[in-house]
Amino acid sequence: MKSSYQDGIIESNIEISENIYELILDGDFQGSPGQFYMIRGWEALDPFLSRPISIADLNNGRIKFLYEVKGRGTHIISKLKKGDKLSILGPLGNGFDLNTKGKIALISGGIGIAPMLYLAKSLNIKADLYCGFRDKPYFLESIGQYVNNIFMATDNGIMGHKGFITELFNPMEYDLVYTCGPTPMMKVIMNICKGKVPLYISMENRMACGIGACLGCTVETIRGIERVCKEGPVFKGEEITID
Amino acid sequence: MTKVNICGIEFKNPVIAASGTFGFGKEFEEYFPIEKLGGISTKGLTLNKRDGNKGIRIHETPSGLMNSIGLQNPGVKGFIEEELPFMEKKDTVILANLGGSTIDDYLEGIELLNETSVHMIELNISCPNVKEGGMAFGIKCNTASEVVKKAKSISKKPMIVKLSPNAENIKEMAYACVEAGADGLSLVNTFNALAIDIYKRKPVFNNITAGLSGPCIKPIALRMVYEVSKVVNVPIIGIGGIISFEDAIEFIMAGATAIQVGSGNFIKPDITIDIIQGIEMFMEKEGIKSLEEIRGII
Repeated sequence: MKSSYQDGIIESNIEISENIYELILDGDFQGSPGQFYMIRGWEALDPFLSRPISIADLNNGRIKFLYEVKGRGTHIISKLKKGDKLSILGPLGNGFDLNTKGKIALISGGIGIAPMLYLAKSLNIKADLYCGFRDKPYFLESIGQYVNNIFMATDNGIMGHKGFITELFNPMEYDLVYTCGPTPMMKVIMNICKGKVPLYISMENRMACGIGACLGCTVETIRGIERVCKEGPVFKGEEITID
Repeated sequence: MTKVNICGIEFKNPVIAASGTFGFGKEFEEYFPIEKLGGISTKGLTLNKRDGNKGIRIHETPSGLMNSIGLQNPGVKGFIEEELPFMEKKDTVILANLGGSTIDDYLEGIELLNETSVHMIELNISCPNVKEGGMAFGIKCNTASEVVKKAKSISKKPMIVKLSPNAENIKEMAYACVEAGADGLSLVNTFNALAIDIYKRKPVFNNITAGLSGPCIKPIALRMVYEVSKVVNVPIIGIGGIISFEDAIEFIMAGATAIQVGSGNFIKPDITIDIIQGIEMFMEKEGIKSLEEIRGII
């Protein structure tokens, strides 16, 4: 039987770029690339719901999360300091299929880079990383040693290609693609890859429970309505219908 | 000590997992033995399978959440074939929560459930998130009365009617449902509510309004349970933002025989166990031998 929410003691919680934080918890945590945890950084009932955050790295039980401050919940978490406690539930959901061969591309947009470190480390082949950012890139120094080539794009051209990361990517050069990022970007990648190269896509959605009970985070698939938290968050590209 | 009896069915304790927040129990079985619950109210069932609503389905509010799931469920037959076999292996009371778009839907659903092992039917005349039927039955006393009367006439199971807080008058609604034959009442379902995305300048939900639940509704739900308990003499199951044993005891003191935990299941999968243990400890500490001693005490 899995435990319900457990305490995590914060080892560090650092802003690595504007509104982007790296949170490390000491303990004996588990999980595979692409899985996530529900995180509560408060004891009160407001905010009411926990926040789903994907595993960025796991090392001898120490777990790392990368998150963007988007609303009140992540804002509260961002204010926590070393030694503070928070409650976490996980690992949840189904992660990436790691049984791979051939040439691999990882494509991320913004905070979608979060699960890419643990994924890159866990693959038996070094992948190429394609990463798009609004502004200044982040997290690349952590991932660098685990990937082959890094291709980068920024909206304002401050670093790398000016424009969308999808403009740099040619599906014909790869045998397998993993992606995580904003829905419009993943929609483009799904179209680019369709019929050319297999794709694994990590979906994001609003969640209440994170364990499959509330049916709040559903997505349309070729099998019908499925839950991002339970059947996902990782799906095969050809399974998903994004509106 | 914590046993309660509702319409001849014994519950080992007064804590029931609320419909729509507990699936059919499988997801929670990973976190605690679900037979420890007094009962489980199933995900809202409709005669035929439903995919539920499109667009955003969940929106957080201060101390609560809004949902517009839209009764996504496998249909009554799907429930009986795929979900009930798991549930009936558990030693807990099963309440089949049944919704409908038409009276005939309700009646066909009841006929199918009559032949199963479910212990009770919780007639859902109060879902705010389906365009047709649903809450429409739960607003006006005469339509509620009609569906309850017909449903009760064919039901072989005890029938609890789940009321909407959006009813024009909750006391009259409760009275009308009991007059029509309801063996018990559960209240309340979610409150019809609105959220607006100011950047998109549009409502958050495709259906514009959605159902509000969580601790933010508790004082209002508690008041409704109190008021209804004064005008009916059937068992009442109190629902609305219960996340602690103190909340549960409040509802019992307001007149409820049992309580349901809904949104609380989302913030801690085994929150119901905390509540059950809390009630036991409270009773021991206060020298209460049976919950009847404190029911409706205010």
